[in-house]
Amino acid sequence: MAVSVDEAVATGPAPDRTRSARRRGGLGRTVLEVALLAVLAVVMLFPVLWMIETSIKENRDVYAIPAKFFDFKVTLDHFKDVFVASGGGRSALSVSFLNSVLVAGVSTVLATVLGVPAAWAYSRFSVKAKKDQLFFILSTRFMPPVVVVIPIFLMYRQVGLIDSKLGLILIYAAFNVPFTIWMMKGFVDEVPAEYEDAAMLDGYTRLQAFWRFTLPLLLPGIAATAVFALIFSWNEFVFAIFLTSSDGVRTAPPAIAGLIGGTTVDWGLVAAASLVFALPVLIFAYLVRKHLVAGVTLGAVRR
Amino acid sequence: MAGIEVTALHKRYPDGTVAVEHVDLSIGDGELFVMLGPSGCGKTTTLRAIAGLERQTTGDIRIGETLVNDLPPAERDIAMVFQFYALYPHLRTRDNLAFPLRAEGLPKSEVHERVDEAARLMRLGPLLDRRPHRLSGGEQQRVALARALVRRPRAFLMDEPLTNLDAELRADMRTEIKHLQGQLGTTMVYVTHDQVEAMSLGHRIAILNKGRVEQIGTPLEVYDRPASLFCAAFIGSPPMNLIEVEVADGKLRSQGGLVLTPPPGLPRDRRLVAGVRPEALEVTEQGAEHSVPARVVSAEWLGDEIIYVVDHGGQRDVRVRMPPTVRFAADAPVGLRHTGGPPPVYDVSTEELVA
Repeated sequence: MAVSVDEAVATGPAPDRTRSARRRGGLGRTVLEVALLAVLAVVMLFPVLWMIETSIKENRDVYAIPAKFFDFKVTLDHFKDVFVASGGGRSALSVSFLNSVLVAGVSTVLATVLGVPAAWAYSRFSVKAKKDQLFFILSTRFMPPVVVVIPIFLMYRQVGLIDSKLGLILIYAAFNVPFTIWMMKGFVDEVPAEYEDAAMLDGYTRLQAFWRFTLPLLLPGIAATAVFALIFSWNEFVFAIFLTSSDGVRTAPPAIAGLIGGTTVDWGLVAAASLVFALPVLIFAYLVRKHLVAGVTLGAVRR
Repeated sequence: MAGIEVTALHKRYPDGTVAVEHVDLSIGDGELFVMLGPSGCGKTTTLRAIAGLERQTTGDIRIGETLVNDLPPAERDIAMVFQFYALYPHLRTRDNLAFPLRAEGLPKSEVHERVDEAARLMRLGPLLDRRPHRLSGGEQQRVALARALVRRPRAFLMDEPLTNLDAELRADMRTEIKHLQGQLGTTMVYVTHDQVEAMSLGHRIAILNKGRVEQIGTPLEVYDRPASLFCAAFIGSPPMNLIEVEVADGKLRSQGGLVLTPPPGLPRDRRLVAGVRPEALEVTEQGAEHSVPARVVSAEWLGDEIIYVVDHGGQRDVRVRMPPTVRFAADAPVGLRHTGGPPPVYDVSTEELVA
């Protein structure tokens, strides 16, 4: 940003000498900025790079001293180990990935299906103590999840939801519904209520009007909201590790964390598993990036 | 076509706000009826209750002979035009127009015929294949009007349809709407906060304030004899001068000595305020006949007229409308006199017209 401002000043009708001086100053600053940004990029991205490298190194190269940056043999064994158990058949990790997909997916759908109509209702209708209700809904997100994990553990044990995928789905949906309501209310507020009024005058019921006219205009917002909800459920660790224990139910974050510990750590497997775990969210965010931008800028509808 | 009767309408929202306190309206068949008032006066809520988009808490609404209290909007046989046009964004103009007809299940040929007719009436020919985002504000509003026309409803409801247009276009559309209503002869209820719009459009105007009707009358009645101090201040630009007066020797006399012709039937022993229109006063040379001494505070040169703001004897900021040929400098000592007939007089405590 600073660079472009400098350039804009330099192109102004300033005397020649000051202009060249400015340009030199600008150049110096540009170099400094690029250098600083490069250092920052390396610091931020090195762990990711190292994870990628480790996932394709053989185990003895992983432990080599001095560390091997380039001259190592590439192997995809670790990725095979992620999905296939050592004795053949499906590995525990791959089961946990499927669990993650199921839990994150269903909880996101549930939060969206419950949250979007609620947001619409809060936006369109005059509700008693609306502000207080919305504040109460938001307040459930004030505390960190770890604060409530013990009471929820006890509740779940009573109703038999401990160590079940349904339990995780419900708790993730419960955490995502407030978020969905708040974010979607902003989007619904942006869509003029007159569309629904006009549709009702044209012979549709209120729900049909919402379904046929408002909902299509909300899709970018729903996509953005759902991606955020999905990322939350996908990455969630605390509830997953407290509320599940068996391999068949566990989601990927606690399963990957479980690889560390014991006498030796198979870092290649950890790196490969982490990489596989990170990919779906990246791809999904990439696919809906247009909607994400539209959602963040709230410019979906011209008034 | 049909008249609309609104009886004892009251609307209270669940959160406790009262949007409409008590409204009675009797709108004639074929009438262009304007509801005028500041924002929050209940005019839009009343309109939405007529449309069926809001359910009134108590009170009855009749369209024609039908009691429509519990009918959904679509069964009331009305069409509405909104401030934000509300054209379906994914449909071309042609389909936007056809939409309500298809929803009714009319045969294809008739849909086509009626769309063409509405398009011809509103001169939409070149716009028929465009989507709303490729239309200007004025064009969108013309399409919205056409979409109301195709229905051939018993009544049109207009919710501030011109508010989002710029001034010039607004004047054009105003003429167009008035012309159209006259041509079709369909009952129209028109909501606006713009008094110029109300005066120029309405056969009759209802002025609403705080959920109540303050006055119903023709534009001239409303202008000449506002029923309350609120109406007096709301209608007219610049607004009516409200001058405190006393009855003395069979005349109305202001603090500064300005003498007004009294209307008949003035009550005694009450504090009174006379409503004097700026054009019922005259700025004269100092000492002219029947004039009282005054001082010019400022002058607004509008080209076709000059609005003088004058002080006289403790009464500040009296506005006087004068032809552009009569010129006085600011701060000049002048005379002020009343030229019109008896002004409407209001009771200060009740704020209502007493004579």
